[in-house]
Amino acid sequence: MSMSEPLLELNDVSVSFDGFYALTDLSLKLYKGELKSIIGPNGAGKTTFLDVITGKVRPTKGTVTFKGKSLLGVSEQQISRDGIGRKFQTPRVFENLTVLRNLELSASPEKNAFSLLGSGLPQSSKDEVHRIMNYVGLTPFATVKAGSLSHGQKQWLAIASLVAQAPEVLLLDEPVAGLTDEETLRTAELIKSLAGDHTVVVIEHDMEFIRDLGFDVTVLHQGQVLTEGPLDKVKSDPRVIEVYLGPPEQ
Amino acid sequence: MKIFQRLVPWILLAIALFILPAALDDFRLNLFGRYFALSITALAIDLIWGFTGLLSLGQGIFFALGGYAVAMNLMLNTKSLAGGNGIPKFFENYGVDQLPFFWQPFWSPVFTLIAIWVIPAAVAGLVGWLIFRNRIKGVYFSIITQAALMVFFHFFNGQQKLFDGTNGLKTSTTELFGQLVGSPDMQVWFYRLTVLLLPLAFLVCRYFTSGRFGDALIAIRDDESRLRFAGFNPVPFKTIVFLVAGALCGISGALYTIQSGIVSPQYMSISFSIEMVIWVAVGGRGTLVGPIIGATVVNYLRSLVSEALPEAWLFVQGALFIFVVVLMPDGIYGWITKGGFRTFLAAFGIAKKAKTYPQLDKEAIPVD
Repeated sequence: MSMSEPLLELNDVSVSFDGFYALTDLSLKLYKGELKSIIGPNGAGKTTFLDVITGKVRPTKGTVTFKGKSLLGVSEQQISRDGIGRKFQTPRVFENLTVLRNLELSASPEKNAFSLLGSGLPQSSKDEVHRIMNYVGLTPFATVKAGSLSHGQKQWLAIASLVAQAPEVLLLDEPVAGLTDEETLRTAELIKSLAGDHTVVVIEHDMEFIRDLGFDVTVLHQGQVLTEGPLDKVKSDPRVIEVYLGPPEQ
Repeated sequence: MKIFQRLVPWILLAIALFILPAALDDFRLNLFGRYFALSITALAIDLIWGFTGLLSLGQGIFFALGGYAVAMNLMLNTKSLAGGNGIPKFFENYGVDQLPFFWQPFWSPVFTLIAIWVIPAAVAGLVGWLIFRNRIKGVYFSIITQAALMVFFHFFNGQQKLFDGTNGLKTSTTELFGQLVGSPDMQVWFYRLTVLLLPLAFLVCRYFTSGRFGDALIAIRDDESRLRFAGFNPVPFKTIVFLVAGALCGISGALYTIQSGIVSPQYMSISFSIEMVIWVAVGGRGTLVGPIIGATVVNYLRSLVSEALPEAWLFVQGALFIFVVVLMPDGIYGWITKGGFRTFLAAFGIAKKAKTYPQLDKEAIPVD
């Protein structure tokens, strides 16, 4: 694969739910190691965009390719195994498993039912789980059931689970929603630390956080790319101000 | 204390094997044998419902298949029950003079011992796989299993020429090793067999619910589609546990049949399969001890209430279910382990007081 070939490519993708178009002819390219933030008003199609990539929603029209292979009709679990991981908008964790078990399940290199019977997690994965758990500060809660964590802790557990899964592409849907300022800063640090080996897409409304990340920004509006570029350029775009940011405060 | 906890299962097993047979008359002992047989079904339902979140209302299918398998073998091998052609007499009533082909392998005891659990497992595996791979979940899964139960019920109920229809197959008058299956001596042996198989069923369920496989089951119950995004395909996990539960129900049905003396399509009635779920709910789902307690307690109560007030049992059962769901959402076992028993004692002023506050560093109370 040459450098110029995109890792992930959406071409003319449309998704319609009973005649309502969540995505309209969306084309987007993501290169290896690219870091991207996606913003846009509610209903712009941000989450549907992730649904299409991760196999949750099948596009009505268009193509989605990852490493040159089509993702259409590929199951969610296969796409995940191929290296695309996702954190959901609301933190989805396995509430009746402890924090440690949540992470160990995600970190498991074996995904097959029979290989989970009787065999333990390899030591290398265990070490990685402890490293990640420590990084997000959840070590004191290792044996606490995820269901009794606070919202912020669940967000971190969800992000940590995704990191433990070791995907090539990380798709983060509102990773800092409901977090305190300090937690937000730390999350930004965590995400920035993944840069280099990983390709990261972050969907957020928190503009401070987006600025902190320093990724290039793509603005979605009505299921299409409105504009792309560095945050400052995007922020001063009159169309973005009109549909999303609103006029600057006086 | 730890040693005591380790000893508890062995003590219970010793009580069931040696003390109960000595203390109870034949009739009561036989009833306990049946409760323990039903406990295996309760364990199976706990495996799929309590741990994996699959509420099956059709476990009666597998229960009855196990029962029919053992009954067919016993009937074939009992000379006194054979008619003119050397096949069970009831066939003559319907003018059948040739043994239906699928009865043939049941002449063999070895085949029967395998069929008791393999046939239900195969049916469960196939039905489960078709349902799960089509992503049918929740209430729809429950409805489909109940519909399947009705199909099996009507098939067995309507086929006099194949299974003696609604009459079922009576095993108490059949013979095994030259003895009547319904004789007290035989029944004590069946009781012992049940008491030994129940812990084995427990261990099977523990094998599947502990470790990483068990974690995946709980993950399926909590958020199945999320598990897919972690790279796991839930279908094999669900199919495996549904198959194992089917096999356990088959064994349970066979043990119940030889101890109750008959297998009939009533084992596939809708209400019976719902009762099975009630046992698990009452005992405590999501624990492996709970279903055994539930099946034994509910069925023992049923015996007691039915003997005293034959009409009242269904009302008592309904009340019991409502009582447990409302006041003990974790069932009897969950209520005990979560300190319910102490609150109960406290109501009478005889509970031991906690020595100190729970230690914060050990309890790890989540803080923001």
